[in-house]
Amino acid sequence: MTQSNNQSTSRRDFLKVTTATAVGTGILSTLGSTAHVHASGDDTIKVGLVGCGGRGTGAASQALSTKGNVKLEAMADAFKDRMDSSLSNLQKQFSGRPERVDVAEDKMFVGFDAYQKLLDSGVDVVILATPPGFRPIHFEAAVNKGVHIFMEKPVATDVTGVKKVLEAAKKAKEKKLAVGVGLQRHHQAPYIETIQRLKDGAIGDITSMRCYWNSGGVWEPRLAREDAKSEMEYQMRNWYYYNWLCGDHINEQHIHNIDVCNWLKDDFPVKAYGMGGRQVRTDKKYGEIYDHFAVEFVYADDTRMYSQCRHIRNCWNSVTEHAQGTKGSCDISGAKYETTGGYKWKYRGKKTNPYQVEHDDLFAAIYNGTPYNEAEYGAKSTMTSILGRLATYSGKPVTWDEAMASEVSLMPSDFSWEGTPVTVPDENGFYPIPTPGVSEVLKKA
Amino acid sequence: MLSVCRHSLSMQGKFTFLAAILFSVSMVSAEEAKTEKEMKPYTEKILNTDVTFDMVPIPGGEYMMGSPASEKNHEKDEGPQIKVKIEPFWMGKHEVTWNEYDIWSFNLDIQRRKLLRGKFDEKEKAADAVTRPTKPYTDMTFDMGHDGYPAICMTQLAAKTYCKWLSEKTGHYYRLPTEAEWEYACRAGTKTAYSFGDNAANLDDYAWHYANCNDSYQKVGQKKPNPWGLYDIHGNVSEWVLDQYIPDAYKKWSGKGTLKFPVNVPTTLYPRVARGGSWDDEPEALRSANRIASSADWKIQDPQIPQSIWYHTDAIMVGFRVVRPLTVPTAEERKKYGLDPAIPADEGR
Repeated sequence: MTQSNNQSTSRRDFLKVTTATAVGTGILSTLGSTAHVHASGDDTIKVGLVGCGGRGTGAASQALSTKGNVKLEAMADAFKDRMDSSLSNLQKQFSGRPERVDVAEDKMFVGFDAYQKLLDSGVDVVILATPPGFRPIHFEAAVNKGVHIFMEKPVATDVTGVKKVLEAAKKAKEKKLAVGVGLQRHHQAPYIETIQRLKDGAIGDITSMRCYWNSGGVWEPRLAREDAKSEMEYQMRNWYYYNWLCGDHINEQHIHNIDVCNWLKDDFPVKAYGMGGRQVRTDKKYGEIYDHFAVEFVYADDTRMYSQCRHIRNCWNSVTEHAQGTKGSCDISGAKYETTGGYKWKYRGKKTNPYQVEHDDLFAAIYNGTPYNEAEYGAKSTMTSILGRLATYSGKPVTWDEAMASEVSLMPSDFSWEGTPVTVPDENGFYPIPTPGVSEVLKKA
Repeated sequence: MLSVCRHSLSMQGKFTFLAAILFSVSMVSAEEAKTEKEMKPYTEKILNTDVTFDMVPIPGGEYMMGSPASEKNHEKDEGPQIKVKIEPFWMGKHEVTWNEYDIWSFNLDIQRRKLLRGKFDEKEKAADAVTRPTKPYTDMTFDMGHDGYPAICMTQLAAKTYCKWLSEKTGHYYRLPTEAEWEYACRAGTKTAYSFGDNAANLDDYAWHYANCNDSYQKVGQKKPNPWGLYDIHGNVSEWVLDQYIPDAYKKWSGKGTLKFPVNVPTTLYPRVARGGSWDDEPEALRSANRIASSADWKIQDPQIPQSIWYHTDAIMVGFRVVRPLTVPTAEERKKYGLDPAIPADEGR
């Protein structure tokens, strides 16, 4: 990056002036003397993107739209074509500020180990946005490297992964690394105010919660079997339909709603009962995931969270969260509640883009050196989703502790295009589907 | 005479000939009208589904587009008024509902055809070949209701592509109205602020708007229609039209006599025009002349890059209504007026 203006002063100068007036951009004025920023020699924050799909590219764009002096310097993906189109989209997006997207050819890394090469290339912040199965590995490596992290939700697809993230989260705290997790409702003004009001007792004590992610499903498989060079490539391109990569839709999507209930409850469930299956989306191209789940989560005080998620077209859809209290009920997602006394409240404040705000908050914390770590609740909400999946697949109640004691890993042992995923199709192309009452989910096969 | 025909005409020709005889004794069905006089309301059934929708005839004519400066809540972009000549067309009696829209967006017709071993003819083949949107990541009804409720949150491109699919599916040419056609149909011969007069106090009889809708769109067709039989033309959801939003479009058009088929062919993604106001609007936005400009903010919560070409995440007040011109445009006209959807080449990355 060319240092053509006084915004790009050296890190030393940068620290000196921060107690006085702003340095060009607003956020810099808030930098405190305890700032623990980044390793680079000036005030520029160098960002690396791992996972260059639509969401990763979006997250990079939001990171680059924060107020500070941020630039994208490195990219990594398993697939080169994804990375190339991501870069060209970002260049388009920042055509007015081209200095923000400054990725040299030798800072573009392809393959399963691309993330490590990116971390070794010297970035200050890494965005982890691959399919969620890789997140624990990438997060652990990023913490070990000592960089700040934004990672998309969910943060794992199996219990082993959750445990890895929780371990690394502790380490990140010790190292004073800032960690943001893409559960953006925590940064969405209507949610923040509604949850606060509920915690302040607006509808009395919370007696139960309901939440839904019922929709028509997501993208169709992108790669046909006959076009895949290997089983590994086939599953990676169609990652939503394979559990080691996605964790099923209760994990990949419904985590948002489950997490809101956990947030309100300030706790995580101790047990889950679930039912679900593959009713409509049965073609072999849809891999191994279910198309519907209904899960009852139990918290330690016996409060229940009733959760549904569905991927079936032309049914009742809803992506919402609700709470019932002793003195009223609340549509949390609608940011409104009504008391039994007839009082009605609705959020009328400002609405901002939570995907931007989550990055604004993270980068402000990085500049300010303020403690910032969303990894633990991100991991535990991920675990809640996984718990729901385990209860549903097995058809039996599963406790948090039982699940956490499990050593079952969904991850392949060999990360290469020749490697074999844990589940593979039969001679007709169909995958083994978990069967309630039959499938063991906590024991290794 | 028929025996002569049997020798001289092909089977297809014979059919045409017989059809001509039938037409000549006024057996023409409402949806096959060839002249303005023959245009009648009709119900179209979407093949391989149980879903139907109603079309009402809009007579050709001339009117003054826009509002006079004297109109209460008149805005600068509504003037000066211009004289426009409109060719006859049919217009959807209702806003397009989720029941109709989801057939296309979720392949419900294909699913049903496969399940029930339905007919797979040339029309179906052509309809299947029309691009369909990627599935939305989330629920696009926003839990406000599905069956009987207006479809919302689609981009203008999605609305245009739906029309293309519907055309293939039905064999009748459907498209979005131009801004001029929309206002003409909405006014239905009136010159007042609303098609029922100037008094916004009467709005509750005709429209869903912010004060009476309980924070949600409503099932279509529950209020009184306008004089030409169009329901929810004011309120409920704003409706996409074909035009680019140009604030001083009328100024540029004025002084050019009576305009025939005025349309601002889009050249940029934003802003484009929606009309009619919505459940989320104050009464003044529901006036016949009011113009709504789309913006990038309508997609602000789409966290992907590139953002979806099919969905808005924050336009829960926008839907659309289809029209069917009596005279089907030629390929040249479709190109000239930007009537066809233009899907970006890099879609689907």
